[in-house]
Amino acid sequence: MSQTWIILGATSTIARSFARLASDSGDGVLLAGRDIADMQATASDCAARGAPLAEVIAFDARDAASFSAILKRASDIDGTLSVAVFVGSMPTQDAMDADPSLIAGTVTDNFTGPAIFLTMIAPILEARGNGTVVGVGSVAGDRGRIGNYIYGAAKAGFHTYLSGLRNRMGRKGVHVMTVKPGTVDTAMTWGMEKLPFLAQPEKIAADILRGANGQKNILYTPLIWWPVMTVIRLIPERIFKKLQV
Amino acid sequence: MTWKTTDYCGWGRVHSAHGPLARPERASALATIAEKTPAPAVGMRRSYGDACLNDAGRMIDMTRMDRVLEFDPATGALHIEAGAQIGQILKIFAPKGWLPPVMPGTGFATVGGAIAMDVHGKNHHGAGSFGMHVTEITLMMPKGPKVVTPAKNSALFKATVGGLGQTGPIMSARLQMLRAKGDVMIVTERRVEAWNEFLALLDASEATYTVGWIDATARGDQLGRGILEEAETGAGLIPPAKRGKRIPFDAPDMALSPTVVRTFNAAYWRRVPDKGRTVVKHIDNFFFPLDKIHDWNRLYGKSGFHQFQCVVPIEAADDLRAMLERIAGSGLASPLAVLKRMGPGRAGYMSFPMEGYTLAVDFPNRAAARRLIGELEAATVVAGGRIYLAKDALAGPDTVRGMYPEFAAWSKTVQKADPDGHYMTDLVRRLKLRTA
Repeated sequence: MSQTWIILGATSTIARSFARLASDSGDGVLLAGRDIADMQATASDCAARGAPLAEVIAFDARDAASFSAILKRASDIDGTLSVAVFVGSMPTQDAMDADPSLIAGTVTDNFTGPAIFLTMIAPILEARGNGTVVGVGSVAGDRGRIGNYIYGAAKAGFHTYLSGLRNRMGRKGVHVMTVKPGTVDTAMTWGMEKLPFLAQPEKIAADILRGANGQKNILYTPLIWWPVMTVIRLIPERIFKKLQV
Repeated sequence: MTWKTTDYCGWGRVHSAHGPLARPERASALATIAEKTPAPAVGMRRSYGDACLNDAGRMIDMTRMDRVLEFDPATGALHIEAGAQIGQILKIFAPKGWLPPVMPGTGFATVGGAIAMDVHGKNHHGAGSFGMHVTEITLMMPKGPKVVTPAKNSALFKATVGGLGQTGPIMSARLQMLRAKGDVMIVTERRVEAWNEFLALLDASEATYTVGWIDATARGDQLGRGILEEAETGAGLIPPAKRGKRIPFDAPDMALSPTVVRTFNAAYWRRVPDKGRTVVKHIDNFFFPLDKIHDWNRLYGKSGFHQFQCVVPIEAADDLRAMLERIAGSGLASPLAVLKRMGPGRAGYMSFPMEGYTLAVDFPNRAAARRLIGELEAATVVAGGRIYLAKDALAGPDTVRGMYPEFAAWSKTVQKADPDGHYMTDLVRRLKLRTA
């Protein structure tokens, strides 16, 4: 049975790679995001690669009113429906410290926007009794660090939401996977200094697709981040609060 | 962030540059850069010398703009972003029965680079150069996208194809793809004993794809010995190509010492049986044999290497023979040496091809090799030929202009398209191509 991926945040670098790989393996893609012209280019690319369905639709994490049109389009697609959430934004900690009004938007982009969408679409997936939800979080959500803790807190909220969603949807045949990428070579990180274990988006996308097929629950990608974050999580708070990591 | 200040180099790793690099992923991001900070565009940096460098200046890395924008499976017309790699296009479309019309020796080259160098492939004698199959180019100019076609903007088109990026960043292009029987290659390999036989076989070849590997270390009676490969596309099932290996470190100099190269070449030549053979190859392996070894340029060690490539007219074949004699006598050549017959096909004012024979030989970057390449360049001038700017890292301004008879037309058109010299690269400065 054919599978169609609803890809939220489809203009992101990793989402683009993911859409390609899904198309290569014969899945359909419904690309959702803000830059329609850019998504149309990705849709053509996916169609040329073999996606049986490659369409674009407007999505703005900060505008929940834009969600119902996507649900409506999704309901009309036959076969297995899956959702992959690549939405997010990362203003610098300094910018948010200087202007705390940015915090609400960051939390919406990384957590509440996607959570509202997933909560709305959950019954449709559950009714079909199959499919996968992929939520892309971040290793930054594993622990609050001085340089990036509002973004990290939003991602942590999303991780916990996904954990609950997995608990709920698993019993209806829908698998939920939490993805925690490390630093990835994207437009967002281009020009940043000192990026440890920098990974290419193609590698992250391939890991995600493989993880989704293998029904992994939590995926650290690249895998090196699993031991790294395990150690970081284990550091007692009284020591961690003095560190600069 | 838009800019990343970094060091980068050409494929030969002899020249390098330092400066801010942008890597836009969307047309809108490219438009902003093109308007506010116009700069030359670069792809995978497979040019050997300094054509892909802009030391102390800005550069736009186009590799993330690599999507298929439109494909018509009935006609094979393809519209694609300029950062797409030829090998990727092959991978997507060969199973559907379509090939890039012209493929250079590496699949990592981008569409933008293939246009800016008007590259040729193993089918040049029949199909001509890459630019001859381009039906439209979109340049991202400071004022926005400009669509260029051979019919409506003949001069700008000819200045862009083979134009070294001097008319502005190529954002996308329309190509006419080539219909193929399938995605395997049926390759006939023949041992060639010496120079005269090689030329005769190249002249007589009726294959769609023809290329000669030449043993640039063989001397005397064996001068010009090699292997002739003639190939056609075919249908069939062979296992998918194996994943590439990577050269993890810079090799020591002795890896390509004369003895090693001579021994390797002799064995490589004997690999093909006396009577020749026909083999079925994976399409990638035939067109891009070296791409399996990622970063193979590191085999030449830290100091890097040069490739000398020239083309000479048919009647100057003896001059080319004399050049090969000099190369073989020097003991400096590496195993990578190619001889091919070229047709007349070229699409730009500054395109490399001319009807004749082209010889390409790699040399480690040493003083003796640089001297030899200088002599070979001089010999190319005498033979009425030209050197390939995608490979060149050493020539001077005086040598090159005379080799390209349409230089004046190119220069005039480029001056009009880029009066402020925003798109100049290190190669253009070295060869003084933008100064009157």
